[in-house]
Amino acid sequence: MMVDLGKYAGDVFAAYAITLTALAGLVLWSYAQAKRAKSKLASLEAEAKDAS
Amino acid sequence: MNFWQFANPTVFMSWSGKLLPWAWLTALASLAVALVWGFFFTPDDFRMGSTVKIIYIHVPAAMMAINAWLMMFVASLIWFIRRHHVSALAAKAAAPIGLVMTLIAIATGAIWGKPMWGTYWAWDPRLTSFLILCFFFVGYIALWEALESSDVAADLTSVLCLVGSVFALLSRYAVQFWNQGLHQGTSVPVATGERTVDDVFFAPLALAMLGFGLLFIALVLTRTRTELRLRRARALEARQRMRLEQSV
Repeated sequence: MMVDLGKYAGDVFAAYAITLTALAGLVLWSYAQAKRAKSKLASLEAEAKDAS
Repeated sequence: MNFWQFANPTVFMSWSGKLLPWAWLTALASLAVALVWGFFFTPDDFRMGSTVKIIYIHVPAAMMAINAWLMMFVASLIWFIRRHHVSALAAKAAAPIGLVMTLIAIATGAIWGKPMWGTYWAWDPRLTSFLILCFFFVGYIALWEALESSDVAADLTSVLCLVGSVFALLSRYAVQFWNQGLHQGTSVPVATGERTVDDVFFAPLALAMLGFGLLFIALVLTRTRTELRLRRARALEARQRMRLEQSV
């Protein structure tokens, strides 16, 4: 299922590669931040519970 | 239930947690279908050749860059008027997404411009206003990071957001305001509804725009939830420090 992009193949591939890489990076970064924040808050809440 | 109760942090965490899986699912599904459809199953344009396929990423990214700033503008106004922390944090959460969308729009536009206009860049009204919008996103993010007090940061970034809205508006209507430059008019004018894009290109483009919009919603919800958790974590850390100081 390969399309013939002719003489502009490099331009089209470059545009898609940049976009997909940037979007994937943004999604993965947001996911990693969310996971870190969730576990940090969980451990702090557990500590606060123990202290009280 | 009062509308503003949705902005209560606990209520927000509850409804956004339920909505989030659906937002991600519909965003990724519509994006995947739109991009595969546009890339593999649409013909070349008689003038632009295969570069027309860049439309499925360039136009939605540019649209979301402007809409991200619009959303930040509304959230900043809500912060000013009602002092809801969720709205300030939602604006903060949206900024990196808007920046990435702006960079995608500029990069794909440059790549598209080279074979069509013979240059990657021109000091055209729309391109220039987009570049300025990009700097506003960077400045907005930097300002949030530079200030320790989150309330002061929310105040100052909201002012910056209101000022930057002029450029967000300019980047949307630059082609109409200054009828000059290389960039063509908008492909999908909302006001008139007169499309300049044939149906064969418009259908996957519309789906890609929907996909980018849903991805933005999913990302903003995810990142706002992260900001709220970090805010609560900072409060707990401060409480722990106070307890330690009292015990010494």
